[in-house]
Amino acid sequence: MAVIEVNKDNFASEVLSSDKPVVADFYADWCGPCKALRPILEELSGEREDVKFVSVNIDDEDELADEYDVSSIPCVVVFKNGQEAARSIGIKPKDAIEEMVGGA
Amino acid sequence: MYDIIIVGAGPAGMTAAIYGRRAGKSVLVLEAASYGGQIINTPDVENYPSAAHISGFDLATQIYEQAKALGAEFAFEKVTGIEDGDVKTVVTAKNRYEGRAVIIATGSENRKLGVAGEDELVGRGVSYCATCDGAFYRKKTVAVVGGGNTALEDALYLADLAEKVYLIHRRDQFRGDETTVARLRERENVELVLNSRVTGLIAEKKLKAVEVTDKDGNTSQLEVNGLFVAVGRVPENQNFASVIELDGAGYAVAGENCRTRSAGIFVAGDNRVKDVRQLVTATADGAVAATEAIKYLA
Repeated sequence: MAVIEVNKDNFASEVLSSDKPVVADFYADWCGPCKALRPILEELSGEREDVKFVSVNIDDEDELADEYDVSSIPCVVVFKNGQEAARSIGIKPKDAIEEMVGGA
Repeated sequence: MYDIIIVGAGPAGMTAAIYGRRAGKSVLVLEAASYGGQIINTPDVENYPSAAHISGFDLATQIYEQAKALGAEFAFEKVTGIEDGDVKTVVTAKNRYEGRAVIIATGSENRKLGVAGEDELVGRGVSYCATCDGAFYRKKTVAVVGGGNTALEDALYLADLAEKVYLIHRRDQFRGDETTVARLRERENVELVLNSRVTGLIAEKKLKAVEVTDKDGNTSQLEVNGLFVAVGRVPENQNFASVIELDGAGYAVAGENCRTRSAGIFVAGDNRVKDVRQLVTATADGAVAATEAIKYLA
């Protein structure tokens, strides 16, 4: 599995209606810490088939960033059954992200 | 058992790894989350020789790849302590690693304001990085707290984006450059709030306002969407106080040779007592500390 880029048109189907928990990475191309976080998420996406990993470019998808009150990036939001279950700001180690996702 | 264990994968630690590997020593670099350190927050580095323009992340990645290619090992685990001895033990949440020499290159982290609710509001209005998060506050109202160059430059940067910028400072004089202060005073959308401290955060899911107390004890509220905290940095040495000497501000006491009071334990980079904290002085420390460690191992 990889990290799939999503936008406002498919956010509901890919994230909110997902039967698996979703880890959504709100990022921007100009954000260094976002680039540092991404390989950690990619590694995790290879290990956790029970979790879906998506990314949201906040410059292209400012409506989504606004809707989810993202005002600092990298921002990782975990969605379960369409609801926000956890959120973290900044670079986090792999275990901290796994802990946010929980047993899934 | 490693010859050299390096704590911290910023420019200082990764440079030490390069020097250690080139001398044929086995090297392990331990880092809490990801390589790069503070510099990855900088969009454009223009003062690193040979790189006229490079993003901090790209620069860090190049140093990382160079160290990896030379055979340095990296493990992403937070170090919680060091036990001294002929063989040093570096303790992380998961493991204990043994090394004959240790270089502490942990750098520094943002100083917090210490106001109730601050941690909960990070990412919901409170930020420590104007260049990272300023874009979220286009046409909104923000406040910057601090009186040094970072605060002044943050306020100037935000003045181009936000509708209104308050600059809150506890004194009536700034420590930062006068030219930056003068440029700020010319901005119509910047209001200086002097002799005042931020004493409260008013939020409803996200930040709505800050409570400000002036030197006479009068409090007032400023409605803001964002608060940028720029009140300095704190060295990350607190887990090593048993093996190195710290000054009053928490910096590791060591001269230019990077030696500490414990033989075989060295410090390199921004967490060391020094006058100039720049990329080149961090990488220079990495080279010096590694060379001293190699001498110690001989």
